[in-house]
Amino acid sequence: MSTQQPETQEDDESEGELETTSPAQQQRLEKKRQRAAAREQREAEAAERAAADENTVHLKVFRYDPEVEGKQEPRFDDFYVPFHKGMTVLDALMYARDNYDSSLTFRHSCRQAICGSDALFINGSQRLGCQTQVSDLDDPVRVEPLPHQEVVKDLVVDMEHFYDQMEAVEPYFQTDDLPDDELEEQHQTRENREKVKMSTRCIWCGACMSSCNIAAGDNQYLGPAALNKAYRFAMDEREGADMKQRRLEIIEQEHGVWRCQTQFSCTEVCPKDIPLTEHIQALKREAVKSNLKFW
Amino acid sequence: MSQSYNRGRIEDFGRWREFSAGMWAWIFHKFTGWVLIGYLFTHIAVLSTALTAANADPSTIAAHNDVYTQTIRALESLLVVRILEVGLLAVAVFHILNGIRLLLVDLGIGLEAQDRSFYASLVLTGVIAVASVPTFLAGVTF
Repeated sequence: MSTQQPETQEDDESEGELETTSPAQQQRLEKKRQRAAAREQREAEAAERAAADENTVHLKVFRYDPEVEGKQEPRFDDFYVPFHKGMTVLDALMYARDNYDSSLTFRHSCRQAICGSDALFINGSQRLGCQTQVSDLDDPVRVEPLPHQEVVKDLVVDMEHFYDQMEAVEPYFQTDDLPDDELEEQHQTRENREKVKMSTRCIWCGACMSSCNIAAGDNQYLGPAALNKAYRFAMDEREGADMKQRRLEIIEQEHGVWRCQTQFSCTEVCPKDIPLTEHIQALKREAVKSNLKFW
Repeated sequence: MSQSYNRGRIEDFGRWREFSAGMWAWIFHKFTGWVLIGYLFTHIAVLSTALTAANADPSTIAAHNDVYTQTIRALESLLVVRILEVGLLAVAVFHILNGIRLLLVDLGIGLEAQDRSFYASLVLTGVIAVASVPTFLAGVTF
């Protein structure tokens, strides 16, 4: 509730200008005052409801804004949001933003765990805000931006590095043995599809990368998400042996697959339940097999 | 990423309370590994300096008056050394069991049971350490 200051400033200004302005301007100011009053009433009502109603969620939200003096020191703001059945953390955050503090900044889009925008650090674990039920969490609900990434503002982190790592493994289908007819479909066997099925679920939310201890200490490490992407295409039989070799060469570099120390942090936090560690381990075995060639 | 600005409590070591099984296994494995390396070098240093007994007179050795026997007896008479031995056993046993767990993980076996296998190795370590106490603390002078 840190935006109270600018509002009162506005009010002061409008009152000062009142005598010297045109009727139209006065009308506008009058409307503005009414709006402000209505808003204040709404806020008071909401606060009253929150106080009266036992059923509120206590949110502790990380706040930081490098562009506003006085907000450059990271801090936690408390919000008391009325709880309703089925409320997610994202719902609670949106309520807090819409009713209490419009400067509260966070990313969200689809609200159904598909866009991967709202990966947050909620009560000590990387989760999707839209996928996490408030009723599953201990009170107060502590919401922070993803660790190990630079905070842009409040709950928004800089994802650029994560995207760079994803791009580094060439996360797209490419093959040498193209069909004769340009329009012919390139079919995948059902067995092969099953093998890569889980790895295709990645929504690029960055929760795994944020939870990974190794990625935190080694910026060049590709990270679980990128390695999972590499797995998805390296294991795709349609790409052919040459392309698989090329992919293995990318992932078996110094900061590739061998940095994984099987802490299982990424697998624990993945909102799409991708067995990331299993995929990374499979890639390790593939890399060993392609290098040793005892058979 | 890691060079991001200081987020205070956000990035601090207080995070250990939020660790999951795999993370604890990793930390304990590192810790026990370093303890074993430390022990190895201490072991070599102590025994190699005590081995001047090899040049001693056969009668001195027979009478258990040589440096090696004296060193071992002096160490074993201390309660703290006996307790450290139990600790060493626990550390070694955990490192072995978790090492087997990691081998299985590397082979892709039982990855969905990795947390349970960590708890199992912890429990087994505890049981073995407790069971070894009578052996290690037998006949110690307090």
